[in-house]
Amino acid sequence: MDEKNIFQKAFVATIPVLLGYTAIGLAYGLLVVHTGFPWFFAPVMSIIIYAGAMQYLALGLFASGTGFLQMALITLFVNSRHSIYGLSLLNTYRNTGRKKPYLIYALTDETYALLTSAEVPSGTGGPAFCFYVSILNQSYWVTASAAGAILGNFLPINTQGLDFALPALFVVLAVEQIKNIRSRLPVFIAAVSGFLAYFFIGPGNMLVFALLFAIGGLILFRRRLPSDGP
Amino acid sequence: MDLNKILTGIAVIGGVTLFTRILPFLFFRKRQPPAMLLLIEEYIPPMVMVILVIYSVKDVAFTSFPYGLPEIAAMVLVAVLHLWKRNALISIFGGTIFYMTAVQTFLKGV
Repeated sequence: MDEKNIFQKAFVATIPVLLGYTAIGLAYGLLVVHTGFPWFFAPVMSIIIYAGAMQYLALGLFASGTGFLQMALITLFVNSRHSIYGLSLLNTYRNTGRKKPYLIYALTDETYALLTSAEVPSGTGGPAFCFYVSILNQSYWVTASAAGAILGNFLPINTQGLDFALPALFVVLAVEQIKNIRSRLPVFIAAVSGFLAYFFIGPGNMLVFALLFAIGGLILFRRRLPSDGP
Repeated sequence: MDLNKILTGIAVIGGVTLFTRILPFLFFRKRQPPAMLLLIEEYIPPMVMVILVIYSVKDVAFTSFPYGLPEIAAMVLVAVLHLWKRNALISIFGGTIFYMTAVQTFLKGV
């Protein structure tokens, strides 16, 4: 397959992500300016962080003046799933040469989903395909978030309730993730951890405590879980 | 808000995010990850998502009208749509449009 065909194949594969990132990216950009940040924060965060759910969370963390250490811990927990994605792409990314650093940096939920479900061309076309999928996805995200932030500056439309896009995204990711695991016990532990942190720590600092409770619970009940790896 | 502090925050979050992405490529090129790590890695993502669902409605006033019902109803709608269609776009937008309609019309001014 020549370079142009691989690009076309990659573009076709990314069309669902184009739609999704455009919509969620626009909503994110709008939220950035409505939270009171300058518009360029949206594209800057989409380049430096490039992790949708965390970018949404970051707005709340910045607004509430959360400390850097707590920010780092929350990011570590929330984005720990990227490490798992990487684990299962070790082979796919093995012979990608100079493209590898970019591929690793640009590994999002959606890119992972595409690369593990789409038919990656075998042989020399593989790395090029992975690269095009990754860079196309990021270009959608950066463009959409910048457009949303710029439009948000000029169009004072009624965005009340638009921030529900974030809880909705989390529900979708939770449903997807829960379908993939072999035991429902961790889901129960996580829910209990969340409620304990909400009631005893309070809404302000609940996230990092809920995550710590969850890890503690997981270690406590580890013998009751299937553990021969994913 | 202090611009420098926020830019530092972006760098911190960006740096840690990159770390989570590089980690497996750095450590497990040749050897197998230990069992405990595999356990955590398998179960932490769904657990984090469940916690984030709770966290994302932490500022809702559940003790006064409408008792968080728009949020809960919209979340149930998202989950049902997603189990039914398995299309993230339909689920997210279905739920968000429902929620926006609810808070901008029926519950206006509440």
